[in-house]
Amino acid sequence: MFLFDIFILSCFIGYFAIQNVTPVLYSPLMSVTNAISGIILIGAILSLNSTTSPINIYILYSAIFTASINIFGGLYISQKMLNMFKPKGKNND
Amino acid sequence: MTNIIYVIIYALIILSIYFLAEPKKAYLGNYIATFSLLFSIIYTLLHLNSHHLIPVLSLIITGAILSIIVSSRITLPNLPQMIAIFNGLGGLSSSLIALTETNTTPHHHSLILLIIFIGLVTFSSSFATFIKLQNINIPIPNFPLHIINYFILTALLISTYFTFNFFPQYLYIFISLSLSFGFFFVLTIGGADMPIIISILNSLSGWCAVLVGFSLSNILLIIVGSIIGSSGLILTHSMTKALNRKLSSIFTTNQKNKNLESSHHHIHKATPKDASFLLENAHKVIIIPGFGLAASNAQYEVVNMANILKNKYHVNVKFAIHPIAGRMPGHLNVLLAEANLPAQDVFELKDINQDFETTDIAFIIGANDITNPLANTDPQSSIYKMPILNAELAKRIIFVKRSLSPGYSGLDNPLFYLDKTLMLLGDAKEITKQIITYLE
Repeated sequence: MFLFDIFILSCFIGYFAIQNVTPVLYSPLMSVTNAISGIILIGAILSLNSTTSPINIYILYSAIFTASINIFGGLYISQKMLNMFKPKGKNND
Repeated sequence: MTNIIYVIIYALIILSIYFLAEPKKAYLGNYIATFSLLFSIIYTLLHLNSHHLIPVLSLIITGAILSIIVSSRITLPNLPQMIAIFNGLGGLSSSLIALTETNTTPHHHSLILLIIFIGLVTFSSSFATFIKLQNINIPIPNFPLHIINYFILTALLISTYFTFNFFPQYLYIFISLSLSFGFFFVLTIGGADMPIIISILNSLSGWCAVLVGFSLSNILLIIVGSIIGSSGLILTHSMTKALNRKLSSIFTTNQKNKNLESSHHHIHKATPKDASFLLENAHKVIIIPGFGLAASNAQYEVVNMANILKNKYHVNVKFAIHPIAGRMPGHLNVLLAEANLPAQDVFELKDINQDFETTDIAFIIGANDITNPLANTDPQSSIYKMPILNAELAKRIIFVKRSLSPGYSGLDNPLFYLDKTLMLLGDAKEITKQIITYLE
């Protein structure tokens, strides 16, 4: 039951955290949250500790690989977008 | 110890979303997210059995390098597809984790089936989204695809029953049905709704993480996953609200490819010279960019044109951005920011729609559906009741468009044939360049 309480509370946190984001930044926001959902990688690493069957190990290896693509690709793309919004010093007139 | 580390990680992730709210600090948000993800991965790796360490590390690094190489070659207009694919891989990853749990925990079967289902649906529908956004044409037969969806759904329910009772015998049937459900589900959805689909998929991959967190009893996954999941839902909600649509109507309106035969209508073609003359003599111009601007990478030229009009001819120029302009929420904001357009020149639909009546020229560049008055008048049309930018109220309309082909939603636009409309057919970038040379 304890886990479920935490789940409900964090839904509220997510809800309020996102409220302030302006529509201008929806794309980078989506991309960053997408990358963060790759945190599933941790789940894959933890499962590795509790499994011994070779098939499962290979499945988990591939899970780690896909999650890693999700995380680093997502972060890279977000950075690419956010660089556009960085305060710029130069003026190209 | 683990608890303290986990608390630091949630705090950092919430902080990163907090920074993402403001354009000027947003890049800090991404740094914090990167740091907290790396931190959590490294911390978890410390507890890994040492014989796994080298393969796992090398897989993570290969994945990272591969994804960075691929995404560094992607231009900004094509980012939505990339986000969809990455997101789908996250979903795949969680269902793979669930697959390895099938033998170990018999009382978790329903949870595991749910993870496999949601993860695979996320994966296959992201894949379908990618195909649709890349404009890869799949011949869709003239057949109500909804029937296929209902069929798959029924089969899925039956297979769930059998898979659950004779675990894990029928699992492969369940897997293939989940995959095809996600795929066909997105295929039936109209192209104009793609930004909404992308944000739903984003939310789903968060919920996957939550469910995996429950099955592994890991608090970190539950907390972070639910923050992502609920934020994706908020995004979806605020978009459907902006579009005055119910979520259910997005899933039930069939994608129609009705092309009104438009050849008998008459359009007024114009040259960039005509357009530049009209623009420099106007007092108030509203520029409406759409995906066409993204596709031809014309953001620098368009912003440059706006600057010349402002500085040299003292024209009041504003940009109007529709919530679904482009292929993901906020897509055009990113492009215009790339071209250094100041944020105060960009207006959202609700803030600018009353201005069109007093506007001399609505300059529509590579957009179609988001200005289509059929949304107000034609109950038959698939975009009926969607709020549009009221470009038709402006004194003149200049349309820059590649061709007269209908928009992404497959609809003709009555604005093309109005007497006050001038059509400039061609590539957005080329035409804007020519207008600029005349303005100078």
